[in-house]
Amino acid sequence: MSDRPMSDRPMSDRPVSERSIYTEYHPRWLRRRPSTYWWLERRAYLSFITRELSSIFIAWFVVYLLLFVRAVSRGEASYQEFFAWSRHPVVMVLNIVTLFFVVFHAVTWFNLAPKAMVVHVGRKRLPASVISASNYGAWVVATALVAWLLVGS
Amino acid sequence: MVKRSLEPVLWLLFSAGGVVSALLVPSLVFLLGIAFPLGWLAAPSYEHVFRIVAHPLTRLALFGICVLSLFHAAHRFRFTLYDGLQIKHLNEMIGVFCYGGAIALSVWAAYVLWQV
Repeated sequence: MSDRPMSDRPMSDRPVSERSIYTEYHPRWLRRRPSTYWWLERRAYLSFITRELSSIFIAWFVVYLLLFVRAVSRGEASYQEFFAWSRHPVVMVLNIVTLFFVVFHAVTWFNLAPKAMVVHVGRKRLPASVISASNYGAWVVATALVAWLLVGS
Repeated sequence: MVKRSLEPVLWLLFSAGGVVSALLVPSLVFLLGIAFPLGWLAAPSYEHVFRIVAHPLTRLALFGICVLSLFHAAHRFRFTLYDGLQIKHLNEMIGVFCYGGAIALSVWAAYVLWQV
């Protein structure tokens, strides 16, 4: 039988998407394939997938930033052209959606930080609130720095 | 020789990029992508922006932001496809697409920032 090696592998090693192989003594695996739209079933799943999809918008922003830098390096006319292009409804909507996703990324990231960072002072572990507060503090400082560099000059 | 997994490095880049993009990208998207184009805030003069962008430290920082954010996004998107669509049998193709894309865009970033 050509499918022998496949069916010999333990179930846990086999991807869900793989077609099930039934043998004589093992007629049916009790394993239901979740729906492709499983992430619509609950709020928590939806917010999980929203957070994960922020990756696409981070990548888009990098491209946008590089186009901006390229425009700046090409002279004043292309700098102005860049802003004219970015006023185009498609680009504008994309950037507004991007803002939503990157803020969602930032908030979920800072809220998770206490779980990822275990900081001890002396023999005491710093409470989660201190760690997330310091992350939000860093966010404020970074935002202020960007604003100071770019706004009003 | 022991074959080392690349996975820890990818996770490290993922978290470094996560921090950098969480701290800096929201304000940059708001200003460069929305507020300046729409004129909510006056866009900085060309001379001012050019002076900032042309500074070697800025370009180095921008390169770091771009590369880390790209690898962060690639890693996260890889697992989005993996969990969201349950297409584990395409693992290798997804890996090549995600990290290959991040590498290609990083090379472009280096080129663009070098040209300033």
